[in-house]
Amino acid sequence: MTKKNFTNAEKGWERGVIASKIANDLPHASYVNLGIGMPELVSQHIKDDREIIYHSENGLLGMGPTPNENEIDFDLINAGKKPVTILPGGSFCHHADSFSMIRGGHIDYCVLGAMEVSVNGDLANWSTGKGIPAVGGAMDLVAGAKNVFVMTQHLTKEGKPKLVEKCTLPLTGSGVVSRVYTDYAVIDITKEGFKIVEINENLSIEYLQTVTEGRVYQ
Amino acid sequence: MQINKIKTEIAEMLSDVFDGATIMVGGFGEAGSPIELLHGLIDHGAKDLTIIANNSGNGRVGLGALIGQKQVKKVICSFARSAKGITFQELYNKGEIELEVVPQGTLAERIRAAGSGIPAFYTATAVGTPLAIGKEEKIFNGKKYILEEALNADFALIKADVSDRYGNLTFKKTARNFNPIMCMAAKQSLIQVRKLIEPHQTNPENVITPGIFVKKIIEIDNPIIETNAIEEGMIYP
Repeated sequence: MTKKNFTNAEKGWERGVIASKIANDLPHASYVNLGIGMPELVSQHIKDDREIIYHSENGLLGMGPTPNENEIDFDLINAGKKPVTILPGGSFCHHADSFSMIRGGHIDYCVLGAMEVSVNGDLANWSTGKGIPAVGGAMDLVAGAKNVFVMTQHLTKEGKPKLVEKCTLPLTGSGVVSRVYTDYAVIDITKEGFKIVEINENLSIEYLQTVTEGRVYQ
Repeated sequence: MQINKIKTEIAEMLSDVFDGATIMVGGFGEAGSPIELLHGLIDHGAKDLTIIANNSGNGRVGLGALIGQKQVKKVICSFARSAKGITFQELYNKGEIELEVVPQGTLAERIRAAGSGIPAFYTATAVGTPLAIGKEEKIFNGKKYILEEALNADFALIKADVSDRYGNLTFKKTARNFNPIMCMAAKQSLIQVRKLIEPHQTNPENVITPGIFVKKIIEIDNPIIETNAIEEGMIYP
């Protein structure tokens, strides 16, 4: 196989492509929590053959899209504190009930970003170790959701692997990640290492290994 | 004689607050943030407060203003970082305010536990992370959990939508958030409501927080909206 070196100008899958791969893996009638930022794109790629119900930590089940300017209500926001809407069939609850949905194992899937994911499924995504520490609901989500999907670029902005043998940053959860979707590959966390579910059509496994710490296998 | 928890002055609402009190502040970001009561607390002047809230305030309005007045010695919250969180950031960087970071669900559950007479509970959240350091671990059915203690408070400052004189509360949309559980966890929950109604107008099926969890109520019919206030450059006091 030929090894292909990527330059910064030549990247892997676009964000929308990664989001659509995640969207296709969410089964009909799933209850899903999408993290702030890149994971929010997933909702734009759900096909008509399924209905997904979105949960927001601040007590909203059945979250809808961003409102029009004239429909903004500062009492109807998402976990990122941005105005949202509620869909027919949606409901409000208080914070402890909302987090019981998470901590009690009722949320089927959560999708979050990552700074590091280790080969045994540890996730670091809440603290760089600098500045004011702020965790929000990330630790609850990874501990409680039935499936924890990570959506991230394969490399940091500095070009370092985010998939690592062992996380160096403060952990969000230990052994919690089920699957990682990057611009280079879709990877399952297994006892044997990072198992390739799908690899970017422009990449060889050998190349993927060079940009991944920890064993990659198919 | 009738039960009547309604007050007309914010000073009356806060008359029992003391230096060193632990005070829960409802809301998630600005949704449900009791800004008028927080401004009342600035006027009251109590110091060395411990604040339990999800966030640590924005701008120099509401909780951000209270922190800016240096009335707070410690904040217990899940997310103290915010682009507009200028007052907390300034004091934190100078080492003049303490911070206890709590995962949001653990924060909610610690508050609920306090209101329900549960002194502590085990949870899987934060196991194996820096936030588990120093906490008792126990294994149930082969899975590791940590012990988290209830969070009690002397007072809770809460914004609700509608109340009657008994304190039967309803909340608006996602402005409900921490408010019902904070009402349960505080010795005195102090409520600002947008609208007061007569008890016969309260639909018992729709009450979210029953009056037993409420101490005092005041009507603030047109409360400050944090985003707008910050945009307009409001600074309190």
